[in-house]
Amino acid sequence: MSKYYLTHLQELESEAIYVIREVVAQFDRPAILFSGGKDSIVVTHLARKAFYPARIPMPLIHIDTGHNFIETMEFRDNLVDELGIQLIVGSVQTAIDKGRAVEEEGINASRNELQIVSLLDAIEENKIDAAIGGARRDEEKARAKERFFSHRDDFGQWDPKNQRPELWNMFNGHKRMGEHFRVFPISNWTEMDVWNYILHENIPIPSLYFAHEREAVYRDGTWLPNSEFLVLRDGEKIEKKRMRFRTLGDITITGGIESDADTLEKIVEEISATRSTERGNRSDDKRSDTSMEDRKKQGYF
Amino acid sequence: MELLRFTTAGSVDDGKSTLIGRLLYDSKSIFEDQIEAVKKSSERKGLTHVDLSLLTDGLRSEREQGITIDVAYRYFATPKRKFIIADTPGHIQYTRNMVTGASTANLALVLVDARHGVIEQTCRHSFIASLLKIPHVIVCINKMDLVDFSEEAYNKVVEEYEAFASKLDITDIRYIPISALNGDNVVNRSENMDWYKGASLLDTLETIHISSDQNHIDARFPVQTVIRPHQDEYHDYRAYAGRVAGGIFRKGDEVTVLPSGLTSKIKSITTFDGDIEEAFSPMSVSINLEDDIDVSRGDMIVKTNNEPEVGQDLNVLLCWMATKPPRPGAKYNLKSTTNEVMAIIKEVTYKININTMEKLDEDTSIKMNDMAMVKLRTTRPLVYDEYRKNRITGSLILIDDTTNETVAAGTIHS
Repeated sequence: MSKYYLTHLQELESEAIYVIREVVAQFDRPAILFSGGKDSIVVTHLARKAFYPARIPMPLIHIDTGHNFIETMEFRDNLVDELGIQLIVGSVQTAIDKGRAVEEEGINASRNELQIVSLLDAIEENKIDAAIGGARRDEEKARAKERFFSHRDDFGQWDPKNQRPELWNMFNGHKRMGEHFRVFPISNWTEMDVWNYILHENIPIPSLYFAHEREAVYRDGTWLPNSEFLVLRDGEKIEKKRMRFRTLGDITITGGIESDADTLEKIVEEISATRSTERGNRSDDKRSDTSMEDRKKQGYF
Repeated sequence: MELLRFTTAGSVDDGKSTLIGRLLYDSKSIFEDQIEAVKKSSERKGLTHVDLSLLTDGLRSEREQGITIDVAYRYFATPKRKFIIADTPGHIQYTRNMVTGASTANLALVLVDARHGVIEQTCRHSFIASLLKIPHVIVCINKMDLVDFSEEAYNKVVEEYEAFASKLDITDIRYIPISALNGDNVVNRSENMDWYKGASLLDTLETIHISSDQNHIDARFPVQTVIRPHQDEYHDYRAYAGRVAGGIFRKGDEVTVLPSGLTSKIKSITTFDGDIEEAFSPMSVSINLEDDIDVSRGDMIVKTNNEPEVGQDLNVLLCWMATKPPRPGAKYNLKSTTNEVMAIIKEVTYKININTMEKLDEDTSIKMNDMAMVKLRTTRPLVYDEYRKNRITGSLILIDDTTNETVAAGTIHS
């Protein structure tokens, strides 16, 4: 075999860097949507590589539901310091206080959907014309048809039936005033690719991804972490578990798995052997068959 | 581990979804909760079997109508390779989706029903693969279980396809008799077809030689953006960021910047992981030049003495993708690599009947999903290669300035 070929991870990396550079070249005010989860951490790492030795030429946007893991917030602040770039925070609490969003009620209440309001507000207030996200096509069926450059109208909405075709490696970022794009550089990556890449590049990730002791309650097939926001149902009890998280979101909707994987190598091994999807532990996706599609149309991540 | 991108096309009943479902399932790329969800949906719909096509139907309207509207991307991996499937619908209305899926594929899977042989749709998909210069085609002769796994039936289809393939510009065509439903020759060699001596489909996908599909001769580097750190330690630093679109660049190479024609030498090739001696396609790197010359986005850095074409009059095979036909005399934004210029369609030379490859020169009005050879005139010189030489530097899209939509995709013929 010729020495002039790339491994699949190198090719995916090269593709993602190409996409991120296209964003900076085609838009005036791009930003990276940063959740503190592994996918947005990988995207930020790729952006750093894309413009080396310069700093990442755009800010990070974090949508803060107010229901955070402390570890995620610390990780975010340290990363922003290290990169020397701006952090924009869109607060769901502020949106609620202003009456822009209404808190859900009931046993399964979460602030997940309320993030849409704060996200669109942050995009509008900061005149962001391209928001780079870490969504992947393998995550969810509505995302399998997502483009790299995904057009949003001036209400921030996605029209899945009227998407622009994407050919070869040309991305059409043309838009009208007030419209914006969501861009997904790691569209073609799978969960396994992300973990293998983190391992290969030795990218720091929040400690929540590694096995640790934590108080949690077993609900809907997953271990939901104890927090000041948790309301116990009849018959539920808090237990101490050795566990870790496969995805990270708001503390009220992110379930963990029992695990002893406390190194990246062990995590990769565990994921290779696992037989369920990572979003299976996310109660936001369990609401209906098309809950992701519905949220995406409104402007979700 | 290498990455192989392949495309499939087919209609609801030719077993495409079943085949994809089987590849995903047998390679353990479908998780238990996904299978559970599909089982539940199948039960709700009153089906007696697990409908694997539900795995591949994404959008609400697709689930309602039971058809695939858009290109869907699927992923699976074996210990040998990672695969990206561009799963495209096969009906004639969806030529644009097939073209989209084909544009990034190294390989096309063409499905033929063993009972029906080569039909119009087989031809259409194969022609698109040929026009888009997909280097490898695997013809899966499916539903062999319904023709008693007969070698004769298989040979008949192969002969039919070979007769028609003489019109194609594809050098690597392989044939595999399969039953997607039962898994014969999909992952494992079938015991029902001893007469077939070749490899299974998955084995073929895993081993087909793809590393020489890249053009490693003609060095092309379209500049995406200029890296200028506004930091003290990099005071005069200036590097050109891009993805190598062909060939190999080495430190010290003499290069020409097009269309300006300015020349220099490569001082260094930089990545986050350190400087490297050589960069080849499809690597993303940044290039520093010895001389302080004017280079910006849309320019192409090439090796001196191996230069692409520079011109304003192009013969292009267009696939029209918009619902509205081209407006007479209208200017379109033409995007090719990282460059954008304005262009007009001066003349439609002929249209192609995508089912027969016949040239139609009487009716030259272009509609959605038509493929037509046209003459384009650009307002500024474009740097390009013929598509047959380089799929990146030889391709373009047209954008309508009034709607911002991508209205056409084109391959440059001269």
